[in-house]
Amino acid sequence: MKKWIPWIAVLVMAGWVISTLSPGHPSAYRIREFGKLPVLLNGRVQPFDSMARNALLQIRGRQTVPATNGTLSATEWLLEAMTKAEEADGRKVFRVDNGELLALLKLPENQKYYAFNDLTNGLAELDREGKRIGEIEQANRTVFEKQLMMLFNKLALYHRLKNVLQYEGAQSFGQELEDYVKVIPAGVQAEKARSENKPYDKAAFDKLISYLSHYDFMNRLSYAMILPPSEPGQGRDKWSGAGQHLMDVVHGGELHPVMRYYANIATSFERNDPAEFAKSVVEYRVWMEQRGLTAELAKGSREFRYNDLQAFYKALVIYVLALVLACLSWINGAETLRRSSYYLIVLALILHTVGIIFRMVLEGRPPVTNLYSSAVFIGWGAAVLGLILERMFKDGIGCVAASAIGFTTLIIAHHLSLGGDTMEMLRAVLDTNFWLATHVVTVTLGYSATFMAGFLAILYIIRGVLTRTLTTETAQALTRMVYGILCFALLFSFVGTVLGGIWADQSWGRFWGWDPKENGALIIVLWNAAILHARWSGVVRERGLMNMAIFGNIVTSFSWFGVNMLGIGLHSYGFMDAAFFWLMAFIASQLALIGLGCLPLSRWMSFRDAPRPTP
Amino acid sequence: MIRSVFDSLASLKLTIGLLCAGTVLVFAGTLAQVDMGLYAAQNAYFRSLLVYWGPQGATWKIPILPGGYLVGSLMVLNLTASLIKTFEFSRAHFGLMLSHGGVILLLIGQLATDMLAVESHMRLGQGRPSNYSENGRDNELVLVDITDPKQDKVVSIPEGRLAQGGRITDSGMPFTLRVLEYQRNSTVGFQMGGGGGSVTNGVAAFLRFQKEAPVTKLEARDIPAAAIEVLNGEKSVGAWWVSGWVEEAQLAQSIANQAGPAVKRLLEQPQTFQSGGRTWRIALRPMRFYKPFSLELVKFTHKKYSGTEIPKDFSSRVRLRRPDTGESREVLIYMNNPLRYAGETFYQSGYDENDPSITILQVVRNPGWLTPYLACGLVSVGLVYHFIMHLLNFTALRRKR
Repeated sequence: MKKWIPWIAVLVMAGWVISTLSPGHPSAYRIREFGKLPVLLNGRVQPFDSMARNALLQIRGRQTVPATNGTLSATEWLLEAMTKAEEADGRKVFRVDNGELLALLKLPENQKYYAFNDLTNGLAELDREGKRIGEIEQANRTVFEKQLMMLFNKLALYHRLKNVLQYEGAQSFGQELEDYVKVIPAGVQAEKARSENKPYDKAAFDKLISYLSHYDFMNRLSYAMILPPSEPGQGRDKWSGAGQHLMDVVHGGELHPVMRYYANIATSFERNDPAEFAKSVVEYRVWMEQRGLTAELAKGSREFRYNDLQAFYKALVIYVLALVLACLSWINGAETLRRSSYYLIVLALILHTVGIIFRMVLEGRPPVTNLYSSAVFIGWGAAVLGLILERMFKDGIGCVAASAIGFTTLIIAHHLSLGGDTMEMLRAVLDTNFWLATHVVTVTLGYSATFMAGFLAILYIIRGVLTRTLTTETAQALTRMVYGILCFALLFSFVGTVLGGIWADQSWGRFWGWDPKENGALIIVLWNAAILHARWSGVVRERGLMNMAIFGNIVTSFSWFGVNMLGIGLHSYGFMDAAFFWLMAFIASQLALIGLGCLPLSRWMSFRDAPRPTP
Repeated sequence: MIRSVFDSLASLKLTIGLLCAGTVLVFAGTLAQVDMGLYAAQNAYFRSLLVYWGPQGATWKIPILPGGYLVGSLMVLNLTASLIKTFEFSRAHFGLMLSHGGVILLLIGQLATDMLAVESHMRLGQGRPSNYSENGRDNELVLVDITDPKQDKVVSIPEGRLAQGGRITDSGMPFTLRVLEYQRNSTVGFQMGGGGGSVTNGVAAFLRFQKEAPVTKLEARDIPAAAIEVLNGEKSVGAWWVSGWVEEAQLAQSIANQAGPAVKRLLEQPQTFQSGGRTWRIALRPMRFYKPFSLELVKFTHKKYSGTEIPKDFSSRVRLRRPDTGESREVLIYMNNPLRYAGETFYQSGYDENDPSITILQVVRNPGWLTPYLACGLVSVGLVYHFIMHLLNFTALRRKR
């Protein structure tokens, strides 16, 4: 029986992963089909589903919205915001944590999320403050000001979402568009006559102006471009926003056929007419296919499936489970638990890998293109290293390390994804798959390995000082692991750093410019080299090696995150306040661990009773 | 004695000390960039033998860290000494020898680059061939004898000389210059009737220069200004304000945009004076490097991703002409694809924000550019070889057990 337990654990978790993929209720099916439709946003073709999830992550920090009967998917929430604003305005999606901000808006403090309707009383106040704070440089803003700005930006985004398909408050938009097209000739003539001070058709003029004022409003708030190029031969990236297109129609030219489909989609969703909704979605797809826009349709569907899979989230859950099992296996020494943990990590790693490959295919890029994907990839690298260690040593240490680092980096990635689209387009200088595939991947693997060595060292210290489980054998095994991983780390960080220099030489004309990001990478190389030389020369032994490896965590976290917070240099991504706090907390924790490691051996629980001469 | 010096130079303890010092230095130098700016911090921390520190406002300073030059050269000595000491042609040593040799090459190459490399930039507009590049950071005061319209005679005085102040003589100038005022960085204001100072000639009649704190940001740069008096013996010929604000086309344009077309015309007139029957022009401008060939912009492409401000593609198609060889051809320079020609490399750097039709190329002369490529190869092969040997030994050992 015991032999089967690990397999059962894997089967259960795999079953869970598969079960989440079914579309469920037919109404959900229709929404999903809409979610696959492509739009152009952030310079790239993506499905409505991505737009909805990223927006909701920015506003609410989650990808779903709780409702009275179950939960709303991101796309459903987006459709509601775009077509039934009065209902969407009642959903509690705006997260506000800051007490001062709550007081300013006169909101009760007992909840986390607030609806747009809760905020309406404070809108004027927010607007006034937002304009004032907008003038202040980001780094000089107080916590309150930053929080207010965040809410201000969330509201602005929400406002823009509401006006993507039709303007907020539009009634029977499809009917209105037909009417608009009809009134244009008379209206334009009336306008011309009026400007020449001749008698004019006032009714037609007023009607046209009233339409145009709505469309101009939409245009000014423009967010996603929903209308594909009607002549794809003339450039496939020539998408346009609904507002912009409707403003253009008045200068002659026809109403974009897709505008009609979208108007029908909006109206049928608003009126709760699922058959008509589904029909319009299908008609639009057929139109796209006829125009040869199949690549865009396929991109929408693929990215939808990627979002729907949520591979990283599921891998994260499995890593946590594996971590718990591996820790338990240390406590009671059960091989079954260790093996279950090992198998689960393999499953999680498969999901993790599938997620990374899926992203690579969608973007047409190597795995690491920004901070988000670097977090995902560092975790992946560490999990692979951990599994290799576990295969070699079979003592649960590799499992704990793999699952703990995999889980932590995926949490970090999740928090980074709250900033918005994680597949943003790359600026011209980064637009080179060769260097992204070589320099960036190697450097990131160097980070993975340095973190892995540091984590193993933490295990050594914690188990040694706080438990009796650090036997001589375990201690030696850990030392060998840390040593081997550090060799790997030095190789990758050195090669990666020099490759980065060569890339810089190719694009900016200098191999080394002492840019903060370059310096960060160099520090890792220097420190890893210092540890290895200290070990070779005998300046440090087991314990010194461990303490130096933990310090390597600080060095790597500085290079990975710290330099981005300096706000200078060519590589910086912008200031991240919450991340700054966590970085400081992490550094403090590592220093505390080093302090623990410096305790005299007589205080170490593992060595107290049988002190060894020279650990 | 020599033996013991050599031994301590070759010691692993020195290696560890240097690596740790390097770690601390790079870290401190990176943090210092926040306050000092990238360029100043580089000079203080990495292009120095010692890093000095003193409390704010104090006149004394004490060395607190070894600087980049010191750490770098000691590393080279340490590596070389230990390579000599432990030299042994064996399979076990091969990887280490290779990788350490690569590090030596890298360090020496970078020290050489640091001393020999010259960076400048070139601004190219359509239909205007250019045969010089300009240094963005160093400026020069030039006195140009423009009496003969066919040929200019230029006397160049580096900006550093202006900073010292006092009188300046040069065998090419039949007169003496006196620095009345020098501003490393300046702002300019428009004021008809002059700034009220003693200098009223030329642009000083309608511009007023004011001292500004030197910039710290990487992308910003100082715009210098200076008031220079020309003396014939002890007799004053006159005094002029010279500045990048007047001399650099895009800066002058920005003043003209604020002040109007009349000022633009005034700015276009060179500041000249007479001395010894000849006409001289006086100006302060970015230092120039003349080349035996010219580049002319044929087409500049600058694309952004649809609906965003993210640059997607920069490229400059330029025509290269070399009169002495008769060479004339078109080349395409774009991101990550520079032109390497006549010992210099031309990179797509950006474009003029005021006039997006003007492309800006970064020009680098770096004789040591190949060393990192070689070094990277040596170290990678060496380390991979060494670690694979280790791993094989380790697994063999485990299997035996």
